[in-house]
Amino acid sequence: MKNYKTVVLSNQEISSGYYRMRILAPGFGSKAKPGQFLMFRVQTSLPPLLRRPFGIFRMGFMPADCDGQPPKEFVEILYKVVGRGTEIMSHLQVGSKVEVLGPLGRGFDLGAPGEQKILVGGGIGLVPLYMLARELTRKSSVRLLMGGRTREDILAVTEFERLGVETYVSTDDGSLGEEGLVTQVLLRKLDKYPNASVYACGPMPMIEAVQEICAARGVPLQVSLEALMACGVGACLGCVVKGAGHSEASPRYLCSCKEGPVFRAEQLDWTKLGQEPGYCEGCKI
Amino acid sequence: MKNKRPSLAVEIAGIKLKNPVMPASGTFGYGEEYAPFMDLERLGAIVTKGLSLAPKAGNPTPRIAETISGMLNAIGLQNVGVDAFIQHKLPFLREINTPVIVNFFGNTLDEYGEVARRLSDIPEVAGVELNISCPNVKQGGIVFGTDPVAASEVVGLVRKHLNKPLIVKLTPNVTDISVTARAAEEAGADAICCINTLTGMAVDVKTRRPRLANRTGGLSGPAIRPVAVRMVHQVVQAVKVPVIGVGGIMRPVDALEFLIVGAKAVQVGTANFVDPAAMITIIDGIEAFCVEEGISDIHQLIGSLQL
Ligand SMILES: Cc1cc2nc3c(=O)[nH]c(=O)nc-3n(C[C@H](O)[C@H](O)[C@H](O)COP(=O)(O)OP(=O)(O)OC[C@H]3O[C@@H](n4cnc5c(N)ncnc54)[C@H](O)[C@@H]3O)c2cc1C
Ligand SMILES: Cc1cc2nc3c(=O)[nH]c(=O)nc-3n(C[C@H](O)[C@H](O)[C@H](O)COP(=O)(O)O)c2cc1C
Ligand code: FES
Repeated sequence: MKNYKTVVLSNQEISSGYYRMRILAPGFGSKAKPGQFLMFRVQTSLPPLLRRPFGIFRMGFMPADCDGQPPKEFVEILYKVVGRGTEIMSHLQVGSKVEVLGPLGRGFDLGAPGEQKILVGGGIGLVPLYMLARELTRKSSVRLLMGGRTREDILAVTEFERLGVETYVSTDDGSLGEEGLVTQVLLRKLDKYPNASVYACGPMPMIEAVQEICAARGVPLQVSLEALMACGVGACLGCVVKGAGHSEASPRYLCSCKEGPVFRAEQLDWTKLGQEPGYCEGCKI
Repeated sequence: MKNKRPSLAVEIAGIKLKNPVMPASGTFGYGEEYAPFMDLERLGAIVTKGLSLAPKAGNPTPRIAETISGMLNAIGLQNVGVDAFIQHKLPFLREINTPVIVNFFGNTLDEYGEVARRLSDIPEVAGVELNISCPNVKQGGIVFGTDPVAASEVVGLVRKHLNKPLIVKLTPNVTDISVTARAAEEAGADAICCINTLTGMAVDVKTRRPRLANRTGGLSGPAIRPVAVRMVHQVVQAVKVPVIGVGGIMRPVDALEFLIVGAKAVQVGTANFVDPAAMITIIDGIEAFCVEEGISDIHQLIGSLQL
């Protein structure tokens, strides 16, 4: 992990309010592991003061130049415009200078080869699952269950399909795929593959519902959590979540940026695990 | 001799620093967190996260909130405890050729004394920084830091148990900071560090709830710099011991402000989160400024404020 001063290669709106940004990542793109993240410095002048955390969606290589330059590494992030920082990011142009810190955090454990893997993504929570799927499909059969409120929230599914992942889409309003919650689909899949391992990332209510299902069936689950972060490297202790065995009398916290953001379900205390990250600077009024 | 490098070395309470820049407690972990991003030996000193006698789990979440040009934190002094620090964190710091200053606090007067006693025996600890100023826990500081009588009592007690340089870190949440500064000096402080965070609050207008679980938190970052500069200026007038300035330093020019009003060294906090190499940029920038201004020794700059 390092602080990289680099440039934007592309930055496009891929669905209403969702952007996909590719940045040059010399020396670090290929080091990133599934589930790791970056701290993105929105602009070198202020505000916003703090960096913003984003999962790494994809890494890759740009083809070698005709002038004999070796292939260049890049990483891609997908982000949703929610507040001031992401709004500014959405206006960054090709060639804009940016700073990213990374790759940070502990990623997913790939588990046993050959085992059935079920990935559950909600909205922008799909991001860390793509690199994971790319690794898992080498040795396991992988299914992606992708949920969103409307069709706008369903992202990049065809890219998973290209990896050979079987994908199932559900939306709350039925505007794409099946109408209803992604957890319904999960229940059906677990009936069929009771020995599967589950990996989930998405809004907290979805993650909690997935956890209940997996716990009831004794299915191993890993989750990637969002938490408010200031440093991303374990120094500020702002990003903690409640660990297993936590109580008010003997509080026990895990550092999300260092010990996570990916946790095994049994590492966490699921009783009121965490609030959605609180924001307000993002208020448009 | 235009190209001769200026001397940036300063001495704080007998601790020799190669330059006046060090991290602010609680923003640099135990040093190892930032080792991947910089050469820790370039720093004037390393200041650790505040330690208590027993490990401390800290406050409920959310613990941080970003505000205009600053951030609120209510971490609640989460730390591994003094013994685990000595056993597990110090071996890493021992290998680095930079003085280590240990920040600490107690929940009671006795605890302050006991932590001081345990740190006294550790040769690798160059000095200690006594935190009587954390706004985020009921005990652990601010009660001692806002009352000059209590401040003098705790500093006196720590002084008795400690055979190392003692820096006392003050809270800005008082009417007149020079009163607590003088109380700390008279009770035996070898240096004063100011300031800790300013108590603040932020509200989520949609849920109408405080954005921090603790309701209030400590404001840090560029938003507090003018307050910190003013307070350092006041404290420099009030005491004879050296003063370390801290609060909202992001760039070299910010550090220069503190030195000019009379701080002998500076601490950099929130800026580390924004740019993990901020302190290196600040050191290089101070040096470049000295070269540009024809300053051969940083002491020519310290306290050079024109009134
Ligand atoms: C490990 C991790 C990975 C993430 N990956 C992605 C991703 O791939 N794509 C994506 O769109 N979003 C992701 N997020 C959420 C993203 O960081 C926030 O949406 C973003 O910081 C909002 O910034 P803003 O300035 O637009 O919002 P504002 O509301 O203006 O932000 C105010 C403050 O709250 C923080 N904040 C706001 N929302 C969140 C949040 N949901 N999680 C953490 N901090 C938040 C900001 O960093 C900032 O300090 C991730 C969060 C974490 C912790
Ligand atoms: C996340 C965080 C944790 C902190 N923890 C401590 C601490 O343990 N002990 C202490 O004396 N000060 C602590 N502080 C205060 C800082 O050391 C510093 O005084 C303050 O942040 C102002 O400087 P800045 O504006 O450069 O950040 C903390 C500050 C922050 C932001
Ligand atoms: S974000 Fe600072 S410790 Fe995790």
